[in-house]
Amino acid sequence: MSEKMINIKIDGKEVSVPDGITLLEAAKIENVKIPTLCFHEDLCIAGNCRVCVVEVEGWRSLPASCATPVMDGMVVYTNSPKVRRARRDILALLVSEHSTQCTTCYRSTNCELQELASEYNIDNEIYINLLKNKSFTVDRSSWAIEKDESKCIRCQRCVRTCAELQKVNALDVIFKGADMKIATFFDTVMSDVVCTNCGQCINRCPTGALTERRYIDEIWEAIGDPNKHVVVQTAPAVRVALGEMLGYEPGVRVTGKMATALKRLGFDSVLDTDFSADLTIIEEGHELLDRLKRKLVDKEDIPLPMMTSCSPGWIKFIEHMYPDYLGNLSTCKSPQQMFGALAKTYYADKKGIDPKNIVSVSVMPCSAKKYEANRLEMNDSGLQDIDYVCTTRELGHMIRQSGMNFKELPNGKFDPFMGESTGAAVIFGATGGVMEAALRTAYEIVTGREVPFDGLNITPVRGMEGIRDAKIKLENVLPEWSFLEGIELRVAVAHGLTNATKIMEDVSIGESPYHFIEIMACPGGCIGGGGQPIPTNEEIRKKRAQAIYTEDEKMKIRKSHENPEVIQLYKEFLGTPLGEVSHHLLHTKYTRRERV
Amino acid sequence: MRKRESAIKIAVDKYGKERKNLLPVLQEVKQAKNYLTRSDISEIAAEMDLSSAHVYGVASFYHFLDLKVRGQNIIWVCKTISCYMKGSNDILLTLEEALKIKVGETTSDGKFSLLQTNCIGWCHKGPAMLINDQPYTDLTPEKVLQIIDEYYKKS
Amino acid sequence: MAKRKLKRVDLIFSKDCSCRDILAAGLQKPREEIIQTLIASGLKGRGGAGFPTGLKWKMAANEKSNKKYVICNADEGEPGTFKDREILDREPLKVLGGMALCAYVTGAREGFVYLRHEYRFLIPKLEKVLDTFHKWMEELNLDFNVKLFIGAGAYVCGEETSLIESMEGKRGEPRNKPPYPTNEGYLGKPTVVNNVETFVYTMMILRIGAEEFKAMGIEGSSGSKLFSVSGDTPKAGIYELELGMTLDEFVKEFGDGDAKAVQVGGASGFCVPRKRFAETHIGYQGGLTGFSLPTGGSMMIFNSSRSMYNVLHNYLEFFEEESCGQCTPCRVGCQQLLKGIEAVKRGEKSQKYLNDLLRLADTMKITAKCGLGQSVGNSFSSIVENFREEMIY
Repeated sequence: MSEKMINIKIDGKEVSVPDGITLLEAAKIENVKIPTLCFHEDLCIAGNCRVCVVEVEGWRSLPASCATPVMDGMVVYTNSPKVRRARRDILALLVSEHSTQCTTCYRSTNCELQELASEYNIDNEIYINLLKNKSFTVDRSSWAIEKDESKCIRCQRCVRTCAELQKVNALDVIFKGADMKIATFFDTVMSDVVCTNCGQCINRCPTGALTERRYIDEIWEAIGDPNKHVVVQTAPAVRVALGEMLGYEPGVRVTGKMATALKRLGFDSVLDTDFSADLTIIEEGHELLDRLKRKLVDKEDIPLPMMTSCSPGWIKFIEHMYPDYLGNLSTCKSPQQMFGALAKTYYADKKGIDPKNIVSVSVMPCSAKKYEANRLEMNDSGLQDIDYVCTTRELGHMIRQSGMNFKELPNGKFDPFMGESTGAAVIFGATGGVMEAALRTAYEIVTGREVPFDGLNITPVRGMEGIRDAKIKLENVLPEWSFLEGIELRVAVAHGLTNATKIMEDVSIGESPYHFIEIMACPGGCIGGGGQPIPTNEEIRKKRAQAIYTEDEKMKIRKSHENPEVIQLYKEFLGTPLGEVSHHLLHTKYTRRERV
Repeated sequence: MRKRESAIKIAVDKYGKERKNLLPVLQEVKQAKNYLTRSDISEIAAEMDLSSAHVYGVASFYHFLDLKVRGQNIIWVCKTISCYMKGSNDILLTLEEALKIKVGETTSDGKFSLLQTNCIGWCHKGPAMLINDQPYTDLTPEKVLQIIDEYYKKS
Repeated sequence: MAKRKLKRVDLIFSKDCSCRDILAAGLQKPREEIIQTLIASGLKGRGGAGFPTGLKWKMAANEKSNKKYVICNADEGEPGTFKDREILDREPLKVLGGMALCAYVTGAREGFVYLRHEYRFLIPKLEKVLDTFHKWMEELNLDFNVKLFIGAGAYVCGEETSLIESMEGKRGEPRNKPPYPTNEGYLGKPTVVNNVETFVYTMMILRIGAEEFKAMGIEGSSGSKLFSVSGDTPKAGIYELELGMTLDEFVKEFGDGDAKAVQVGGASGFCVPRKRFAETHIGYQGGLTGFSLPTGGSMMIFNSSRSMYNVLHNYLEFFEEESCGQCTPCRVGCQQLLKGIEAVKRGEKSQKYLNDLLRLADTMKITAKCGLGQSVGNSFSSIVENFREEMIY
């Protein structure tokens, strides 16, 4: 953006704004709110809903402020009678093609159309209801995402999300005119297309057209069943975002209140995905070192760089888009699934409960985890390892339903056995976190010393840059790792599948300089996951990430290999990392998929 | 099946894989048999390294990139007011009766599909229609029957 | 201002000129001179939007870019228009000549004729003509190559940014403006998009000079234009007429003696009832008394036997289908206008509902993203306001 300032007049006030910005941005600087629907900070400008129109003196028509650059001397009115009337008409038009059953809509009270329609006092009877004579479908085929055409206002935010942020293109615009709508390839059901279930479209849908498939009722049912022992695990990113569902500003950590709330909801055991995140680091760290050894010492043809496998959206993406590189994926299950496999084996054993009576629930910042839990191979305990996955949003709804005053809850703690965790596990929730946690452990395994970063904070892999990388020189290594002496370990971190694609382009032409790559499907990592509170934008994601790093710094133990429960787990149950039990319960394989 | 796929490869090779060539490729594949199938679209998407949903979205935008199975000959009767004023409705009824199909349908022998379209640019010589790419103007029911007959004879 | 009588002109189809000679002479002139000539002639785009042609060329000429494009918009889809087909059929070299002039002036080396699918039958002929044209280009030493690009059936692609989108392999959805095509057009490069007829006029202006061209027509609407006359007329066809005539004169010449309305400019134009024939001029918005209606040249005459409800219904069905669907006012507005007049006709909505629809049409005019959505209200308002009783009974 140029430094040049120009003068315009907004609602009678002379203001000086940077040249090159839009009218919408100029109004924002002046604290004038212009309503928007198709506009989203994370996406390119569409200019198609036309709700943000304003009046410019001397112009015949009302331009969309999101798509119109400021020009010197412009005289702009954001709230003239002409503007108000036009916005009302446009909103009434949108309402006329929208299923207005707000009372039964999951997004009620968090719907941008509802809010604006109410603000502009839209009378539902102005125009003819266009849904009456149209057929539309509600697609519930996917484990993760529900698509309800009757609530779609064709703003195309989902389409842009799927194309620009994720490069998946599962959703696109089809037909034109009155028939124009958002659909998959030949309107195929969501379960059968390239959709990665990342849920970024849900986070950006202004209405209830795209939502996660909910399992709230099933979870209540399990809780209410006296014969069931219901365990719940919560992912690291949930604790820094759940507050937004319950009246807090973004970036507030509610870990203690969440633990208390979960107990009061009736879960029999409140455990922590952080525990299995630590476990993942042990397994994945050893896997990396093992791959390096086999490559460098045994000269085996081992695929490198190794890539993380915690993000189920990323996994489905690579299965569809780059199936030739599945061998580069770490075979480690995600923390959720490691937890699931252990809950119905190790935990059941320790507690003396028949695994059949255990219902394993996880609370995730993610919609893809719902799909992951239902993958056919995820039943190494002999049963489906994870029974139900709910999002941060669903948990928020359950807590509201229960009538608890969340803000007043005392801080509680996770239960023992698989409830203990470290700072390394907490940072899994932010992009770069898995890498940082892995380096804290792997470096120490190899050299016997802590990573050479101030306060263990490996800042080069932190932040919101799409792709980041770092180098760590391995010197004075322990004798058993002598083959790594002097090697510069090169790592990279990418978040959002468009950035993953950039990484994969290099990998696929054999030009990736890295040993280890962390990839998270969602922008910002799990804190920006498809199951997190709506709205989302970079500012909110940064606040959640900051909260994650604060949580890390407050933890007593900050390295995965020092988690006492994990140490105990290896001693009592698993034996060694990459051992036989681990191999059976904690590792998995991947499937080639069509690109439809 | 194999024959059709190779036709797609030939079209993509002819025009190039860049996205700007998508319309010519779709047209060439469509032109060969009057419509595009699901497998055509996904094949073209794969060849041009585009998403199938996107190629579907593009194809479905255009009236003449037909995504429904059609006959050997497609009759497009103009439905704009100027042709209507000159009796395009009679033309349509004549065709429906002669071919024993309704608008939107294909004859059981697969010879003809009967469709309507917006202004085809022959308003001074209405009613008008296209059969495939060929315009026919100043139509009368008799003339239409004759034209259809010629097509039957040709095939 | 003095009234102009209806006057036939013979420029576009005139046989007494050599296209190659005009072009050869033009290519000898300094670029700036051609631009000035076009600006002085007052030539405005003949597709309907009426942007000054000289200015458009100047803007593209001033852009610094390694690549520029010239596109001839032959996606003639406006109901009631058929002049571009006729030109391409009878005078294709004049069109290509105009494109070559534009290429010379702007520095473009590639050009396209975006031909609508419905005119595919012209392809063999045009390809032959292109061979001749490319030989000329070699002889005249101008590095300019023209290809045909065939549309696939979408009215909205007549809008220049939609046309460009579709040439880039996308859905033909209009872009946000700015940037305009002369800055960022096809493949992001400066691009001039002109109508078929406009290109021919650039050639003709070089031939007869700016002054002679400007001497025709009226202030703000210079020269002559092709009109596609259809409907209730004994003389349906193509006519080149001087701009500025009144509808009264037009109907006297072309009507069947019983004209009750003329739809000027096709479905996206205006319906003029008999009582306003005398005060309505044909030309771009200028300082005339009465109305002046810009047009791409479609003139549809309706006599008193016609139901204007049917006419409007036909137009609205057309728009409901041909809207690209991306912006709310056009996508939903077109459906509401159509369903609305049906509901009033059936008595499901009171006649007062027509006022709500007129207001909606006004909103569409000022809020839709492109010319298509903005002009749906033209025919709607002018028909409903002038033939209200026909909408109800």
